[in-house]
Amino acid sequence: MNGVVVLGTGMHPWGKWGRPFLEYGVAAARAALRDAGIAWTDVQYVVGADTIRNGYPGFVAGASYAQALGWTGSRIASCYAACASGAQALDIARTRILAGLCDVALVVGADSTPKGFFKPVGGDRPDDPDWLRFRLLGASNPAYFGLYARRRMAVYGTTPADFAAVKVKNARAGSLNPMARYRKPVTAEEVLASPMVADPLRLMDICATSDGGAAVVLASESYARRVGARDLVRLAAVSTVTPTFPNTVLELPNFATDSCAAVPAPERPFRAAIADAAYEEAGVGPEDLSLAEVYDLSTALELDWMEDIGLCPSGEAEKLLREGETALGGRMPVNPSGGLASFGEAIPAQAIAQLCELTLQLRGRAGPRQVPNARAALAANQGLFGHGSAILTTT
Amino acid sequence: MTYAIEGWFAVDADGVFLLGTKCAACGTVCFPPRNGFCPNPRCEGEEMEVTRLPRRGRVWSYTNACYPPPAPFVAAQPYVPVTLAAIELDGAGIVVLGQVAGLTVDQLEVGMELELTSGPLADGPLVWMWRRAS
Repeated sequence: MNGVVVLGTGMHPWGKWGRPFLEYGVAAARAALRDAGIAWTDVQYVVGADTIRNGYPGFVAGASYAQALGWTGSRIASCYAACASGAQALDIARTRILAGLCDVALVVGADSTPKGFFKPVGGDRPDDPDWLRFRLLGASNPAYFGLYARRRMAVYGTTPADFAAVKVKNARAGSLNPMARYRKPVTAEEVLASPMVADPLRLMDICATSDGGAAVVLASESYARRVGARDLVRLAAVSTVTPTFPNTVLELPNFATDSCAAVPAPERPFRAAIADAAYEEAGVGPEDLSLAEVYDLSTALELDWMEDIGLCPSGEAEKLLREGETALGGRMPVNPSGGLASFGEAIPAQAIAQLCELTLQLRGRAGPRQVPNARAALAANQGLFGHGSAILTTT
Repeated sequence: MTYAIEGWFAVDADGVFLLGTKCAACGTVCFPPRNGFCPNPRCEGEEMEVTRLPRRGRVWSYTNACYPPPAPFVAAQPYVPVTLAAIELDGAGIVVLGQVAGLTVDQLEVGMELELTSGPLADGPLVWMWRRAS
């Protein structure tokens, strides 16, 4: 079978550098090309994951990167899917390779973010739920994270100490990652003493907004063999599913759930469906994973995701956490990169950065974060308004 | 009194009501109200009737905004944390988010009964809010 493989990965360190997003994207792209051992002029297809907070060049990111790297006449695409933009960009490139329309593609995402809470983009728009939720309710992103966290506490008895333990675990992993923005280990006491932001979540429970960039070179397996690549990591699945009606979880930026009065709720809620589609496509199950990267917008959400991707039954994520199973050195490390807790959100780069970590781990090149004998890994993520995102890689 | 948004809630002698829509074909209820066609993918319905949603429900979850939310929210001066609750409306199979009037997070619990009211945003117009059930 001529599948799609990751030929190279590259990142620009996450931080709050205050420079144009293109700089981060180009740096990441050049690093990925070096890692892949190919020249920019060899790339046949470029996909840019868009950023919506950086003016017009951000909306046409594919062309912006292609121009910055030097026009070569390659074909391009630009796409936006909120936090799932990276997965969407990967899926476009992967599909084109699988269709036989190209052999090698470059996928790039980068962001430069303003300070503080994300605000709605682009003027007064009273017909846009993303504008209205701020106007009518003052419901920032952390407000939704707070709702999920409180719900979890009520249903499963999770405690603030559990949330703090997630941060401690991820900060420790992040301290070993040269690309992470936050590289200082933290204690549970520090987390629990940080200011409350959206009860029950404190400042250190919630991910920051960051600058950063990530890129990967994808290729057909035959191309990879032709250029003599070793340690091939297969991109076995990319899941971009939407919710199934009625979606009974209150999602950002909505005011309400769908109603399940006339049509019963689907057997599998949205987040679980995202991972399930990736497992089905790859023919791999959660029991086959060596590690997972999940979208820890908050510490509490990491626990939800662990259950959604099938690492344990509902309500048992705390048990795995408390037993150290999800830490580096545990049976199933979760967010060995340090996760968003150590990186912060750089929206279009995030899913691509997740693939970078999966690839490093499966190639055995993750240094002090290395998960021994990593063979299969899943990254899960979710974009605003119902964009699912999961990536499954195998050796 | 000005409403912060037209057509999403009504205030009259009977109290405050959220205005949803109900599909004439399959009965699916929506909030906010919608025009055109039914969100149920297996329904061809195009007739959405405005309907008053149940005024009471139980807390699905709650939180607050300890720091002033960004514009276009207008924060009161001095700022008092906004309390938010997501309420499972009785019998409607739907959870609706709203500000909470007169209760802090310390006074809320998941499962607690709240009812609809309305209250002003800091710059004047009214929005729907939840309050302790009478």
